Amino acid sequence: MTTKLFGEPVQRREDPRLLTGQGRYLDDLGQTALAAAFVRSPHAHARIKDIDVSGALAVEGLVAIYTWEDLPGRAGQPLPLLIPHPALTHGRTAYPLAKDIVRHVGEPVVMVVARDRYLAEDACALITVEYEFLKPVVGVEEALRSGTLVHEDVPGNVGAHLVQEVPSADGRGAAEAIEAAPHTLSFRLDIERSASMPLEGRGVYARWDADDRSLRVYTSTQSSTSVRMAVAATLGIPLPKVEVIAPDVGGGFGVKIMHPWPEEILVPWAAITLGREVKWAEDRREHFIASAHERAQVQHVNVGFDDQGRILGLDVTILHDHGAYTPYGIIVPIITSTQLLGPYRVGAYRVEFSSIYTNTVIVTPYRGAGRPQGVFCMERTMDRIARHLGLDRADVRAANFIQPDQFPYDQGLIFQDGRPLIYDSGDYPETLRMLKELIGWDSFPERRAEAARQGRRLGIGLGCYVEGTGVGPYEGGHVQVTSDGRVHVSTGLTSQGQGHETVFAQIAATELGVPLERVSVVTGDTRRFGYAVGTFASRAAVMSGNAIALACRKVKEKALRIAADALEADPRDLSITDGVIHVTGDSRAAIPLATVAVLSNPLRYAFDEESRRATQFAGATPPDRPPVAEGDEPGLEGRDYYSPIRATFASGMHAAIVETDPDTAEVKILRYAVVHDCGKMINPLIVEGQIHGGVAQGVGGALYERMVYDEHGQLLNASFMDFLMPYATEVPHIETAHLETPSPLNPLGIKGAGEAGVIPVSAVIASAIEDAEGFPIDRMPLSPSELFDLRADHGA
Amino acid sequence: MHSITLVVNGVVREATVPARTLLSDCLRHHLGLTGTHVGCEHGVCGCCTVLLDGEPVRSCLTLAVTADGHEITTVEGLAGPDGEMSPVQRGFNECHGLQCGFCTPGFLCTATALLRDNPDPTDEEIVEGVAGNLCRCTGYQNILKAVRRAGELIREEA
Repeated sequence: MTTKLFGEPVQRREDPRLLTGQGRYLDDLGQTALAAAFVRSPHAHARIKDIDVSGALAVEGLVAIYTWEDLPGRAGQPLPLLIPHPALTHGRTAYPLAKDIVRHVGEPVVMVVARDRYLAEDACALITVEYEFLKPVVGVEEALRSGTLVHEDVPGNVGAHLVQEVPSADGRGAAEAIEAAPHTLSFRLDIERSASMPLEGRGVYARWDADDRSLRVYTSTQSSTSVRMAVAATLGIPLPKVEVIAPDVGGGFGVKIMHPWPEEILVPWAAITLGREVKWAEDRREHFIASAHERAQVQHVNVGFDDQGRILGLDVTILHDHGAYTPYGIIVPIITSTQLLGPYRVGAYRVEFSSIYTNTVIVTPYRGAGRPQGVFCMERTMDRIARHLGLDRADVRAANFIQPDQFPYDQGLIFQDGRPLIYDSGDYPETLRMLKELIGWDSFPERRAEAARQGRRLGIGLGCYVEGTGVGPYEGGHVQVTSDGRVHVSTGLTSQGQGHETVFAQIAATELGVPLERVSVVTGDTRRFGYAVGTFASRAAVMSGNAIALACRKVKEKALRIAADALEADPRDLSITDGVIHVTGDSRAAIPLATVAVLSNPLRYAFDEESRRATQFAGATPPDRPPVAEGDEPGLEGRDYYSPIRATFASGMHAAIVETDPDTAEVKILRYAVVHDCGKMINPLIVEGQIHGGVAQGVGGALYERMVYDEHGQLLNASFMDFLMPYATEVPHIETAHLETPSPLNPLGIKGAGEAGVIPVSAVIASAIEDAEGFPIDRMPLSPSELFDLRADHGA
Repeated sequence: MHSITLVVNGVVREATVPARTLLSDCLRHHLGLTGTHVGCEHGVCGCCTVLLDGEPVRSCLTLAVTADGHEITTVEGLAGPDGEMSPVQRGFNECHGLQCGFCTPGFLCTATALLRDNPDPTDEEIVEGVAGNLCRCTGYQNILKAVRRAGELIREEA
């Protein structure tokens, strides 16, 4: 019997392959390909005076050396600005290889191709680039203050400036509402740079077929369809002659949604130019200095509130550091400024951000994509209000919640998809109730007092968030049942460990009534599905999941129609169980889906025993109508797209109990609790796994991870020895509970889950440390040394 | 160039490599065993962990020539001769102990040695045992569960 697989904790179908060393990651492919390596700028800001490659020419195995001057046509033009926005008045993007000026350490200047990577790096080391140093700009406030410009034609280093304002119900602006409020607070928050830091870096491998004049590119990307379009357009190859495939991808977390990276243009171009396979696999140092970072912001908050802690007016000014270029537009600060509001309704809201150039690595989304900063801001605000009024921090939040009967709730802002920020569903009071119960919020004072008696310092904190997930514009799904009864599912977006092969198979198996083992899923391969957007914004399950469900429904409808003909039954009386279509209540009247697949494709030529049924003398179709009816198509397959009116809004609340060492200021997380609502869960095992991973990255962001740039724009900690990511010893046991408020926007009632875990963690840990220490925490991450210094500042 | 002989996953393998070739590159690019992954090339992340004469080592910090004459087990060699996954592999499969799978071979080799020496570790010993390997996907929760489960499977099957 087929069981209902949607919602079950099915074990992953990817795992046997990945557990036995049979995965195929980028650098596992193309073992005979030539290797590329890059000479990258050692300076944050400099003019290239001369490039002398003569020293490298004698390197054995050298095949080619390229500089910007070698790049033809569009390949020598600046890379695309992916997401234009009217407020991005001074968008600038890099050249694939630097032209005249380098603007961050790590910018590629020369490309070397050689027989293997060792030799390519030998050649890189022998190339001399002469630079004229220019003054670098590091840090957003320095960028605004100093007269030095990252781009000569961008005054004040401001790439974009955007203000959104929502007046209160009685028509007052934020400034007026704050002014009139019984209580007001003003403060500043600082958020450091971090990065996605997947354990597999980026990588590109290209094969040019000179006979077929076609290009195949493998790239470790979160959007193969969009890389394909960029490569075809930039290199002038007809789109149908370009295939792009995301193989197994060793983690993305956002950095691989950025595209096309310089290497995604250069490696295919070199493969075509040389007529040889070429591969580049990023090393870790390159990943630190040549891939994207995120998070860094300075925030200024003004808030006015009443005696219950209800926010009457909120005014936030954000300085966002976007690094040296803006290929991904201003999505991150847009998300910060809109998702900042979380589960709350505030009286009047004004948010203003400036997105600022600095001579550092570009900033593009990293899991959470601006939300951790927004939530940090709002939750620090909630805690300050509670402290000011002497109220319980959970009560202040509850006083500001949007209530369950207020959905759909329009926040009055424009979200990252260019559409109104309207929450579809949620139950915030219930989430908070569950969280307080899970962490033991009400009994914590006794625990704290007990610990204090032993000389230990404990604190509890919480944080709430709402996450717009499953943004459009669309995804598609294709489902084909072949004559062996197997079901082949494909979708264009890519996978980086989320278990898509499993959850999409669960959806298809449930929709079609076939055993899971009979379903196979392909993602991120433009040979199978050419139209897609990509995997980001916790959108894959929502977008492709629903598209696949809709495609399955088309297939099922057709299967039942064909079966009804064959069984001389009414399609409404048919159902599919275990891959067999049968008349409900009559076990003898049945036909396997495999046979229906045969009958769906009228044949002239039989190719096996089973397919004889569909041939012209077998009487499969009545002679009085065409074998393929008008409007119908041969084959048992369906394609459909899911394009939502707007995003669906997942939500959650986290709480933590921390202990701070009175002497060393070390912070230890004793308990960590998560209540999470992503609508209906397709696979709870996978949802939990996503939360766990997000929380771990959040712990890194709260306590450990930062990109340390000095005033010269040198990244001082560009290795795993110095950039501290959590090991098993740093991540606490994570306790989880789930609430399911289905989304009314999509057929499956689901919301995204990929980013959720990371979003409130810094806010939660700061809240708990603040509770333990008794003074405000205004930055993330917070190292023991910084906490030590803060204690001194506060005389604690 | 140096000719070296390694016993990899029970099979005698020969390779001719420059002296500077890392063991990780030798396994991956000379012997075609791409299951061993390279995450940092400076010995911190543990993705490249293999068993050298049974002991976990960072193959990215080991020169291939120094492994000449030694036995190496990689992720490809953990399953039984009939292809049945080892208890450690099954533990990870049952407990959703991996997501993108890139760090997984390192964890599997580390846990294989850990449980061979101590088939019934405490939770603290498990945390300590895998604390030299980075994972960016799982938050380690299910990795710890998987190692615990693998220990159970080993003890059940002993």
